Amino acid sequence: MNRAVMGALLSHWRARPAQLAMLVVGLALATALWSGVQAINAEARASYARAAEMLGADELDRLVPADGGRVAQEVFARLDAAGWRVSPVLEGRIAVAGEEMRLLGVDAVSAPDRAGFDALPSGGAAMMLAMAPPEILFAAPDTLDRLGPRATGPEGAELRAAEGLAPGVVVADLRYAQRLIGARGLVSYLVLHPDQPETRAPLDEVASALRLRRASGSADLARLTESFHLNLTAFGLLSFVVGLFIVRSAVGLAFEQRRGVFRTLRALGVPLARLLWLLLAELALLALVAGLAGVGLGYVMAALLLPDVAATLSGLYGAEVSGTLALRPSWGLSGLAIALAGTLIAAAQGLWRVGRMPVLAAAQPRAWGLASARELVIQAGAALALALAALGLARWGESSVSGLALLAAILLSAALALPVVLSGLLAGAARLARGAVAEWFWADTRQQLPGLSLALMALLLALAANIGVGTMVQSFRATFTGWLDQRLAAELYVTARDAEEARALRGWLDGREDVRAVLPIRWVEAELAGAPGRIYGVADHATYRENWPLLRAQEGAWDRVAAGEAVLINEQLFRRDGLGVGDRLALPAGEDLPVAGIYSDYGNPQGQAMMGLEAFDGRFPGAPRLQHALRVAPGRSDALSSALQDSFGLPPEAITDQAEAKATSLRIFEQTFAVTGALNALTLGVAGVALLAALATLSEMRLAQLAPVWALGLTRARLARLEVARTVMLAALTFVAALPVGLILAWALLAIVNVAAFGWRLPMQVFPADWARLGTLALAVAAAAAAGPARRLARIAPAGLLRVFASER
Amino acid sequence: MLLDIRDVTKSYDSAEGRIEVLRGVSLQLAAGRSLALTGESGSGKSTLLHLVAGLDAPDAGEISVAGRAVTGLGDAGRAALRRDAIGLVFQQFNLVPSLTVAANLAFQARLAGRYEPERVAEIAARLGLDGLKDRYPEQLSGGQQQRVAIGRALAAAPALILADEPTGNLDEATGDSVLDRMLDLVADQGAGLLMVTHSPRLAGRLDARAHLAAGRIA
Repeated sequence: MNRAVMGALLSHWRARPAQLAMLVVGLALATALWSGVQAINAEARASYARAAEMLGADELDRLVPADGGRVAQEVFARLDAAGWRVSPVLEGRIAVAGEEMRLLGVDAVSAPDRAGFDALPSGGAAMMLAMAPPEILFAAPDTLDRLGPRATGPEGAELRAAEGLAPGVVVADLRYAQRLIGARGLVSYLVLHPDQPETRAPLDEVASALRLRRASGSADLARLTESFHLNLTAFGLLSFVVGLFIVRSAVGLAFEQRRGVFRTLRALGVPLARLLWLLLAELALLALVAGLAGVGLGYVMAALLLPDVAATLSGLYGAEVSGTLALRPSWGLSGLAIALAGTLIAAAQGLWRVGRMPVLAAAQPRAWGLASARELVIQAGAALALALAALGLARWGESSVSGLALLAAILLSAALALPVVLSGLLAGAARLARGAVAEWFWADTRQQLPGLSLALMALLLALAANIGVGTMVQSFRATFTGWLDQRLAAELYVTARDAEEARALRGWLDGREDVRAVLPIRWVEAELAGAPGRIYGVADHATYRENWPLLRAQEGAWDRVAAGEAVLINEQLFRRDGLGVGDRLALPAGEDLPVAGIYSDYGNPQGQAMMGLEAFDGRFPGAPRLQHALRVAPGRSDALSSALQDSFGLPPEAITDQAEAKATSLRIFEQTFAVTGALNALTLGVAGVALLAALATLSEMRLAQLAPVWALGLTRARLARLEVARTVMLAALTFVAALPVGLILAWALLAIVNVAAFGWRLPMQVFPADWARLGTLALAVAAAAAAGPARRLARIAPAGLLRVFASER
Repeated sequence: MLLDIRDVTKSYDSAEGRIEVLRGVSLQLAAGRSLALTGESGSGKSTLLHLVAGLDAPDAGEISVAGRAVTGLGDAGRAALRRDAIGLVFQQFNLVPSLTVAANLAFQARLAGRYEPERVAEIAARLGLDGLKDRYPEQLSGGQQQRVAIGRALAAAPALILADEPTGNLDEATGDSVLDRMLDLVADQGAGLLMVTHSPRLAGRLDARAHLAAGRIA
């Protein structure tokens, strides 16, 4: 029986291959966008985990210099003699084959077993490093692939592959690493073995400049990047929901068209439960086929987007993520699972109707999906409830999750309200219409609305998301560009290779008449408000007083900062952690200072504080003193840059001019939103497919509605033109409805989601030219979607229309 | 002559090969007269009606309605002919589902530019549709829908009414009642009526009768 019934059910799809194609394409696209985003997230998280495993950061405690700088290597010998089981590590950044890498210098002999060396080639990594000549750099195979087979390290060092290393990281012998970054005799921290002797001397007695930092697991990077991944997931989910509208549309139509088949099967003795199970099996089969295609497409999409995501995570968070996608079964399976779940959600209403359909129900399809007035009222009520929920979330929600819930509530509320609004507008237009054709046009359009509303809702979601994200990005771009002009006031930025060179550099610069000021840039990594951040020391100079972009400040803020009596904090600490002017900021070593002002700080999600240079040097004497900002006489920057290179042999990357710094910052900014932009464009494409799917499937039912009007004297060509006009008009109305929704979305993104995700808030600006472009695109998509069915209608043979009337021939 | 059909042939391709549905049919109908077209299923009655309405084109032969050669017209010309000169009544009613009864009644008259509210109101009253004007087709019974379809065809005051089994979907009593009203109205308007029917009883109520068998007038 099952085979016969299944055959009867599947015959529907054989007879309607276009409808089947729409269903599979819709589900495959939805799954692709979702699983693609999941693949990117999984790759990034795997990279974080590998980074955390490196040298046991996830499970081994460390001794770190209290002043944030580096510590003399001889402390290692002191600790060893005092009974501590430790291993020194030096961290820095070097260029390998033109690409900047994170360098880890390790002492292979003293390194603990779980310090990540088991990731190095077999035979005992410690032995390998100890036995090998020092000029070897180990890197992950995908990092080496990226660098190319002929790449070598600095000074011609050999590059060797080691599985399990994080991307963008190279590991070297400690002494070689010290030489490479000019930190002879220095280490960054000491890794503690898990089993420490009870008899060891107290830390304060042996190395009072060090403090214990507990293993953090992979929490730091994961927490920093959580909002970014949440944003990505939200856009993936939005695309998936838009794709589900297509599936819902195709499945709903297939169920309605098969009412007669269901009735016949029931009448022939197929039990209702059996019918429902077989329908479920049919849906599962379709979901699996489409899901597999979707996972494949998602892999391709993720592979294309991953380099941008990796660049964003690196530029914004300093998180190194592999630019190469690994095939992970987990996201493939989750893609299939979501395809199945999505299909079931999309088909739930249809299955429920079949379950309740009496055996003697009318075999003819009802006016499919025809929303009764009561259904519209329920829909309007749900839209209102969601709008109220959105208001509540906007008022009281503060986290990233509540921000995204707010976006979901706004979008869903608007989508549910759309058919209600359109129905009202069309009823009004019908009342105002003059002439039989116009009256019929409006009334007929209103009748088509239920069949098209799912596609129009999908279009609304895609357009609103485009307007919202577009407004946010453009507002950001405008503000960010102006902010960079203020913030990057110095003409040149110079970094010395070591402390000795830095001293010589300062002496050389002091004597030059083309240099107006040398402003040291010093900073240490520190915990601020319970999260990783940075503290900067700044000189008391007009460059800061006149240009630094302060959002709010006390009277005489710069004087108090210069005197070491107060600090300035960035907007991230102000918005995310609730620190305001007058509050006290806790600093390392247990002291605190009042906040004198707040500055805007875009392109960086971390908390930052600024204090006077003297106060900074007193607290953090070990902070590197290598970077300098130079104020240069007008038109003399290039000459000074050349002179610096000639006199000190500085590599080009050690000198950055203002334009270059701005370009780098803008590039990081552009990459930050490149992925969301791509997902947005794909979502709009999916909405276009949804519209095409709805029109293609409805066109079959349209003949019965259009044939009488044709018989009464309207030509097929005119009917076809009216069909296109109807779709374009509905798309235009949807676009007009999407405008305010998109602007509300932009506000929510700028004022709530971004504040939670990145800690900054920007003034919203509007860009009508972008709207015009998007509106034109939406109308073109609608016209293209309507063109196919309309062309078929215009060219249909009279016999096709006559079938509607003919009971005999 | 209101309707003049001369040597019309029509064939279709089907799974069994080419089927000749009409094989040289000739027929005339004068203004104010009614003609019943009878025949077995598949004899070509509806096909002939569709050719007259310009809904389809014959393979050969000539058809003219109110002096206008249907066979020489293009798509737009035939659409204009249906608007101006012909009223169609279908077995399946084929009302416009999105329009109310009132709007359906007025629809063709307005398309033809001959809309007279008083006339439509009078037709509605005579067809017993006064209390149903604000309803939609799906809210009507079969008999009510067919009365609306007849009213729609007559409201435009066409010269020729073409009715394809207008009572085929109705029970006998309802069918008789609907036909009575249609014949009254057609007679009052002085229009010609060509009605396809299976029923010899209904055919007997019209002025003349033509029987189609094997694609020819018997």
